[in-house]
Amino acid sequence: MTDSQPDAAVLGRQIRKTFHRDTGEIVHALDGVSLEARPGTITALVGPDGAGKTTLIRMAAGLMRADEGELRVLGIDVAAHPQRVQSRIGYMPQRFGLYEDLTTQENLDLYADLHGITAAQRQERYPRLMEMTALGPFVDRLAGRLSGGMKQKLGLACTLVRWPELLLLDEPTVGVDPLSRRELWEIIEQLVHGQGLTVLLSTSYLDEAQRCGNVIVLHQGKVLARGGPQEVSALAQGRAFLAEPGAGQKARGLQARLLDDPNVIDAVPQGGLVRLVKKNGAQDPRQAGEDALAGLILTPAEPIFEDGFMVLLRRAVGEQGIGGSMTLDRPVVADASEMVVTVRDLTRLFGSFAAVDHVSFDVHRGEIFGLLGPNGAGKTTTFRMLCGLLAATGGMLQVAGVDLRHARASARQRIGYVAQKFSLYGQLSVVENLDFFASAYGLRGGRKRRRIDWALEQFELGALRRLPSGQLPGGFKQRLAMAAALLHEPETLFLDEPTSGADPLARREFWRRITALAEQGVTVIITTHFMEEAEYCDHVAVMDAGRILAQGTPAEIRRRAQPQAGREPTMEDAFVAIVEQARGAASADVKAGGAA
Amino acid sequence: MFEALLRILALTRKELLATLKDPRSRVSLLLPPIIQCLIFGYAATYDLSDVPYAVLDQDRSPASHELLARLDGSGVFHRVANLDRAQDLPTYINQRRALLVIQVGQDFQRRLQLGQAAPLQVIADGRNSNTASVAASYIAAVVEAFNADWNLAHNQAGPSIRVVGRSWYNPNLETRWAMIPSLVGTLTMLQTLLLTAMSVAREREQGTFDQLLVTPFRPVEIMIGKTLPSMLIGEIQATNVLLVAQLWFRIPFAGSFVTLYAGLSLFLLAAVGIGLFLSAIAATMQQAMLFSFVVMMPCMLLSGLTTPISSMPKALQDATLANPLRYAIEIAQRVYLEGAGLGRLFPDLWPMAIIAVVTLSAAAWMFRHRLQ
Repeated sequence: MTDSQPDAAVLGRQIRKTFHRDTGEIVHALDGVSLEARPGTITALVGPDGAGKTTLIRMAAGLMRADEGELRVLGIDVAAHPQRVQSRIGYMPQRFGLYEDLTTQENLDLYADLHGITAAQRQERYPRLMEMTALGPFVDRLAGRLSGGMKQKLGLACTLVRWPELLLLDEPTVGVDPLSRRELWEIIEQLVHGQGLTVLLSTSYLDEAQRCGNVIVLHQGKVLARGGPQEVSALAQGRAFLAEPGAGQKARGLQARLLDDPNVIDAVPQGGLVRLVKKNGAQDPRQAGEDALAGLILTPAEPIFEDGFMVLLRRAVGEQGIGGSMTLDRPVVADASEMVVTVRDLTRLFGSFAAVDHVSFDVHRGEIFGLLGPNGAGKTTTFRMLCGLLAATGGMLQVAGVDLRHARASARQRIGYVAQKFSLYGQLSVVENLDFFASAYGLRGGRKRRRIDWALEQFELGALRRLPSGQLPGGFKQRLAMAAALLHEPETLFLDEPTSGADPLARREFWRRITALAEQGVTVIITTHFMEEAEYCDHVAVMDAGRILAQGTPAEIRRRAQPQAGREPTMEDAFVAIVEQARGAASADVKAGGAA
Repeated sequence: MFEALLRILALTRKELLATLKDPRSRVSLLLPPIIQCLIFGYAATYDLSDVPYAVLDQDRSPASHELLARLDGSGVFHRVANLDRAQDLPTYINQRRALLVIQVGQDFQRRLQLGQAAPLQVIADGRNSNTASVAASYIAAVVEAFNADWNLAHNQAGPSIRVVGRSWYNPNLETRWAMIPSLVGTLTMLQTLLLTAMSVAREREQGTFDQLLVTPFRPVEIMIGKTLPSMLIGEIQATNVLLVAQLWFRIPFAGSFVTLYAGLSLFLLAAVGIGLFLSAIAATMQQAMLFSFVVMMPCMLLSGLTTPISSMPKALQDATLANPLRYAIEIAQRVYLEGAGLGRLFPDLWPMAIIAVVTLSAAAWMFRHRLQ
């Protein structure tokens, strides 16, 4: 596999790149990476955040030079002749530079002008691009008013307007709803298989890797594995199982227990069961002496890419387990019949655009409630209204019996809120942030000290206590934000997209904490655009374009999926079925774009 | 109530920490006023020195020599040429080689001795009207002194009325003496305004404002917590300017520090009020910065710092009444140079109190209603 072929579209050898942080810390973004992308295939760079995927793609696009090593793109030394490479490739960065105040057509024209595409070429290409992206009906819409998925497709169309030989895509599907994600992938596959284009892309969605011809697994600047996706999946061959939780036990509870087992590499709830990967492909799954596994009926499962990926990742990070178990000082006394959140016909208009459109749901005390939906579905807007940060245009809402927007300030003592993006004070250290928020919630003296110590210990932040929070690695920022929101021991915790941008390990850790909180009586209301995370919830509501399309237990939601050939339908299948059904029922204009 | 106080205290502490923790931001807050103060002290002066002038002395008499010697000895004028012909005169002015040309007529001494008026022509470069008129008035003063001494020495009757000017509080009428104390207000206003406007806009942009709003903080408490640290930093900056004035420029302080700081606090409250109001209407840090500069420019021009308010058109004079800087400069100068007490400063104090009340309540109202 490492044998170089002279006709490789991208060929890199021993590429190194280091960055210096403000703190003087040296980050090895790429630490001796070799790669190869063969013409006419899709090569995926897969790995958690900070693996070096974007650095590598930018290097291939001639936007950054390697410190060491060699990188040839289309046979050209890209460091020496970036311009020559750039005139033959198409590069789509994570945030493609669409002009939001121009229409779809104007954006396309602009990029055609920039690349000097002749009128004749345009006449030939535009219809093909429009057909491929299905943007035809939206040519006159402002790019800013397109949905996230459509924006991404327009970005792709703008990149393709010059018909490049090599397409570089940096996380093309981040934050895109599952439906648009599938459509984007169909376009990419059509380009590769139909037109013979070469694609090098990066992704953190592990299911996408399964669709690529060639996969390079990166972790902290190093290549963990390369080859076909099935080769990565095969690493978990004979070690992947499905386990059924006992009567009265929740899948997430069993998962949390399994993660503590040293013989278990990975466990995630899946379709009411728990999918687990064992460390050793033990012959007898019911081997005695394995605590968590004892008494479990394990059904062997076909390994998927994620299983193999987790094997690689756990091997790379060493013996340390997946953390995240935590205990509260005082468990919340839960009376499950009590309603914590009641929402009826909640509506929020921005101008004439309904970001939230007659939304109704209830959340019972002590449960995990998930609001599921793509970016722009209205989840964040709903959240901001629940937390009293935004006035509702219409409808009724109650949190712990009051409308926080009009209730006394002290009512907010009962909730904790973790915003979508890290929103603590970056200049202040971990401890200073905790100290401030503890005081903000009226803690003082010994209680304040104890709560801060509790937070530092439970969230494993002790070693970083003096570091300015802005310089914390991503996963730690998220922990700190959660710690700050839990200092005052709220009964209800709101978390807005807490796992967006988090790597698979951090996400498992996070959900373990949530599971532990829920077990101790805290009501958790959470939004996510990772459909599979619905499996952790007691109840979910599926949102799209401001409306709730379906709600119920994860099992109820899953039942709405179309039967899939050869596998159990996933949450994502269910989401796609529900959205397609809703969009089919409504007029073609259901998906008027806009941000939440 | 006690809880609210503790919360405000926590927010104040947080603000100060966030503002002053980073050494770079500490330096950028405290150093500029000192540097600006030094620059103003040296650069912004109407006092002339080293004015280049040329002489066309057609008399060449002892009397003309003595007059010119007085000019040279004044320390203000600096002779660059002695002209021989009247034709050379325009060249010196046109080419900016001299700011003034003094032409002494050929019968200068004879006419003086006869007790007649002896004409002395002063041609000034009017392209810079300010400097020219100041220079001309200097010459008039020198000539008047020359006249008086001449009359005395030659036993001629002196002019019946002699104006003896004496300017109080600034005996040498040094611009610096008036300028530096007024900087106490001017320099602190810019930074206080910016600091306040940016601090809320930054929180809004970084999402921390939402985080504050879901805590038991009430909007009023947040406002107070934002006001106090900005005021405190403003006071520190003002103190720095005062130190430069006294330790570096050695301008004697005539008044009471208590009075000065009382007036200053009221002024800073008004400035913070404007800053908070701007931050309430600004959606981003960029807008907050832009708004601050948009407000700051007219405040500077309409403050009386560089041009007298009395010579502005009526409408603008009225506009200065809403400008807290106008009162701050007045107070700083009067306390510093005149030693005025609070009682005499009352006319300047209450308008600032009104500005503070209006801007702070407007900001509070905006805060509550801009939370969409």
